[in-house]
This record gives sequence, C-alpha cells and structure tokens, in this order.
Amino acid sequence: MIAPPPSGPVPYAEELALGLLADMLRVRRLEEKSAELYGAGKIRGFLHLYVGEEAVAAGAIRALEPQDNVVATYREHAHALLRGMPMGAIMAEMYGKQEGCSRGRGGSMHLFDASTRLYGGNAIVGGGLPLAAGLALADRLRQRAGRVTACFFGEGAVAEGAFHESMNLAALWRLPVLFCCENNLYAMGTALERSESQTDLCVKAAAFGVHAIKADGMDVVAVHEAAARGRAQVAAGDRPCFIEFLTYRFRAHSMFDPELYRDKAEVAQWKTRGPIHTYSARLKAQGMLTEERFLEIERAAQEEVAQAVAFAEAGTWEPVADLARDLHTPEGQ
Amino acid sequence: MSRISYREALRLALRDALAREPRAFLIGEDVGKYGGTYAVSKGMLDEFGPERVRDTPLSELGFTGIGIGAAIGGMRPIVEIMTVNFSLLALDQIVNTAALYRHMSGGQFSVPLVIRTSSGAGRQLAAQHSHSFEAWFAHVPGIRVVAAASIEDARGMLWPALLDPDPVIVFEYPALFNMEGECPDAVAVDIRSAKVRREGAQVSLITYGASLPKTLEAAEQLAREGIDAEVLDLRVLRPLDEAALLASVRKTRRAVVIDESWRSGGLAAEVMARIIEGAFYDLDAPPARVCSEEVPVPYAKHLEDAALPQAGKIVAAAERLVRGAGA
Repeated sequence: MIAPPPSGPVPYAEELALGLLADMLRVRRLEEKSAELYGAGKIRGFLHLYVGEEAVAAGAIRALEPQDNVVATYREHAHALLRGMPMGAIMAEMYGKQEGCSRGRGGSMHLFDASTRLYGGNAIVGGGLPLAAGLALADRLRQRAGRVTACFFGEGAVAEGAFHESMNLAALWRLPVLFCCENNLYAMGTALERSESQTDLCVKAAAFGVHAIKADGMDVVAVHEAAARGRAQVAAGDRPCFIEFLTYRFRAHSMFDPELYRDKAEVAQWKTRGPIHTYSARLKAQGMLTEERFLEIERAAQEEVAQAVAFAEAGTWEPVADLARDLHTPEGQ
Repeated sequence: MSRISYREALRLALRDALAREPRAFLIGEDVGKYGGTYAVSKGMLDEFGPERVRDTPLSELGFTGIGIGAAIGGMRPIVEIMTVNFSLLALDQIVNTAALYRHMSGGQFSVPLVIRTSSGAGRQLAAQHSHSFEAWFAHVPGIRVVAAASIEDARGMLWPALLDPDPVIVFEYPALFNMEGECPDAVAVDIRSAKVRREGAQVSLITYGASLPKTLEAAEQLAREGIDAEVLDLRVLRPLDEAALLASVRKTRRAVVIDESWRSGGLAAEVMARIIEGAFYDLDAPPARVCSEEVPVPYAKHLEDAALPQAGKIVAAAERLVRGAGA
C-alpha cells in the first residue's frame, strides 16, 4: 500500500518554502534535459536520473551548513547542484568537456567539487561510506568541531559489507557522519524485499547503536525536518545518525533499463505522491504561492538549464596530451 | 651505523614517522594493545595514544576506506593491513577510490595515504597466508608500490612514502623480519629508483622483496663458479624503474627475473616484456624467469620449499644463460 500524498501546511517562511520548491524544480528540469541530451547523443555512458526523488536532496542539503562535507552516489546531479555547483559545470562534465567540474574525466557519475566540499560522485555501491567515515575521522582528529559529513547512498548499499563496516566504525568511534539512505525500493531491478531479510532499514541502523530516523522522502518538509534533526544530533558530538528517506524514482534506473521489474501502475500510483506537484499544491493552499510565482520559478529553472547547455556546448575538449595529467600530484602542490 | 634487525628497522621507521609528522596516525588490526602482529608497533600505543595508534575491528574494507577519507580530509594515515592476503578484502577501496580519485576528479583531490602490508611465503603458513600479490597492485595506475627487501629500505622507505602526496603501498616481508644487518643512522631511501645490490658483468639477476637474499646467495654461488652476476633490486614495483632495468641488462646482456609470485601474469612477465621491448638487440640469450610453481603454497616444509624460488634454481637458470642450454 502506498501512503496518501504528503499534505498539511508548510511551516516555513517564504524564502525557505519557495527555495525548496525552486531547488526541486531546478533538479527536475536539469534531469529532463539530461535525458533529452542523452537521446541526442550529447551525453553518453551511464546516466542515472533523480526524477521523483528531488525532495530528498532538496530537503536534506538545505539542512547542511557550508562547512559540511557531502559524499554522494552515481545518482548525484541534484546533490552537486544544490550544494552550489554551477549547473553549467555539471552539464559540461556530462558532455565530457574540460570546463566540466572534473575536466570531463568523470562524467555523470563522478561529479567532484572541492569548493563546495563535494567528494563525489561514487559509482561503486557503498563505496562512499568508508570515505565519509574517514573524512569525519579527519575532522575529529583535526578538531574541526561543527562539521558534519553527509553521506548519501541508496538502499541497495545496505546489502554491502561496506555499509555494515562503516556503520560499526562510525558508531564505535562516534564519528560525525549523517548517513542519508535514499530508499527508492529498487537496487537497479531488485526490490528491497527480494534482497533484505530485514526490510526496515532503521532496525538495521539501530543495531549499531546509531540514531535512526525514518522520513517520507516524497515530502520535502518531512525530509528537511528529519535532516535538520539528524544533523543537529551529529553536530552535538554524540554519535552518527542514520536517516531512511522513503522515496521512489519515476524513471528507469539508468538509460539502459527497460523496467521489467515493476508495474506501470505502481509507478503511476507513486506519481500521485510526486514531490513537486504535491508541495506546490500545499503552498498554494496556504496562500504562499500563486500560479504567477510558480511560473516565474519555472522559467528561471528553464533559463538556467538553457544556459548550462549553452555553456557545455561552448566547452572545449581536454587535449589528448593531458591524458596522464593528475595521475599523480605535481611537485610542490 | 648500527646492527639491527629488519623488524627493528620497521619499528624505528614507524616511530620516527609518528614523532615527526603530527598528521600521521597508524590504523589497523591489533596495532595498539596487541603491539602489532609482528611487534612492529610495540609500545607505540603508550607513546602516541589511542587516537594515533588506532586499533580497528576486522574490517579491512572499512578501515582502509576510512584511511582514504582521512587522507583526503587532511591527515597522513598509515593503514596497516596485517597481510596482503587480507588486502583482498580492501581491494575495492584501494583500487576504486584511492588509485582513481585524483585523476577522476580532474585533479581536485589527492590521497596522501600510506598502506603497509606484509607479503610472501616461506614460514609454513599454508595457502591462504602465503600470497604474493604485489603485481595486482602494481597493475593499477595512480598508486606507487614499493617493496622493502633490505634493512636500509625497511628503515628508510616509510618517511618518503609519507611525504608522497599520492597513495603508496609499502610491502614488508615477514620472511626477512629476523634478518640482521648494518643500518646507517640517517637513511634517505629514494622510492623512485631500483638499486643495484651487487655489481656484475655477465648476467643480471632481477628481483624484489623476500627473494633478494636468496638472489644474493645465488650470486655468491655463481661467483664461486666463475660467473659474475649483477643483482638488481627493483624496489619500486610501480612505476618500474625501467632505466635502471635496461641499463643493467644492456651491460650484462643476460637477465634472470626472480619473482616469488606465480609466473602467469606476474610481475616477472612485465619485467621481461620491458627487457624485450627495450633491450632485445642487446641480449645474448632469451631472458629467463624463476617464479613460484603454479600451485597454492603448501604447508609441509619440503613442498613449500619446492614451490618457491630458491638459490639453487636461480643458479641453474643463470648458468643456462651464461653457458648455453647444454650446461
């Protein structure tokens, strides 16, 4: 059974309330354009879209502070964008241009940005979890109080040894990690109940002695509240926190996925819980959003996408002579 | 100059590193309370405290990844993976994160990580504890792989590895731990170069790691037979010091590669390929290999001895090259 659509008043002042909407719309339009450009052959390789899951990145990232670290997965365009990476740098990266955030070395799955403390973009499921714990350990040892490392991963990662080892070590050493599990119910095509003996992921997290919070990942308010609470607990220096965001991806796992493993009816039902239209309706119902304002936000997102595409189109290819550049750190750096 | 064991040399190097570099910390299984599996870090928990000598659970993937994250976060971790046998559990983090991170991020992040691990057979520890997987790591661009085959290297390799801004894997050899020798008080080891351990004119014996003493012993035997062998310790397994390799072979015109790992797809194959590519017309004979037999390393001593490179096999291979197939 799928829960009813998120409802109720949005408890935020206009700036945050509309900011969350704008964040989700920017991500949605970026992802839709990426799919289109994939079809046109401008973007190649693997492309994993976040359509349907926007509330998770939008709500969670607005709960973080600028000094925090973010570790993400191969479905990370939203996290990069909402942490502050220019959309053009993301698009140029997907084009493989050297103006891309990773000079075209990484593509869609490997967005990195030192300036916003985004540590990838990791295409090994669960691969980012030990890394996140290590960043947090460095912060502890360097006595950088007040910095939290937010680590995003899918529920598929929960089956990996890396999840169990990292949760145990982070809890054992009380490392400031906010584990953000984006549970979209399918690890590629394998449903959670077909891969886990215990499908309540908070029960697993609690077994490590970690605070565990479950939140409706289709409701940006619920996400933001949970993330803010989780971050505060972690920052208080107590121990790591695990949040399970129950969400759903509306599109295929990647551009190669024929979606044989789920019914169209299920997808349609989840779309009634779509994070953007349900949230817009709530804002309108409480008089915080007019149709005119909505269209303004929509136009701004589309304009940003158009500029990102233009930036990527105008980008240049890294010279082949630079192939081995950055294999090792240059002397004196 | 003082006489110390290889184990003591490793211990001095580690203590020195922790004392000199405040960002350095040791992390691994039983490095603290237990004193280190091979007693290399004995006493260091008391001296440096539990934050800098950090015992871990049996989570090779987890604590290696944590070392990588801590390195990216500004520390200089020394990750001790008890033996190379267990490094397989951490291989994903080493290969998919540490080695790729800088290049894949367009040069935004370096990973100044040192991994220490022990390798090799020869102590009747049977198949699962006798592996030599140096070549697997040496296969991967983005990491530097070094092998400490001498007391001087055991004493002097860790510090330059710690100064390296990129991941370095230092291989240590339990078969050599009780070896004693003279060690200079101030050791500056160049972890970018191979080293000639014995000068010779007629054949190059090229090796690394625990096979070095056996190879030097073989060179002594050959000398008694009137064959003047050069011994080259590769020391850096990635990137290979090709210039030193080719210089030695061009001088002696013959090469035997001694490698404790298996022959198929091993490091010896790579070394031979470099020789063929770079010094084919300088050779007087086809290069030869002395590797481990292609079986899991057995427990029984006579079988284990038979499976590994030994001085006798090295001597025989060198004799064939110098005196011809009929010798």
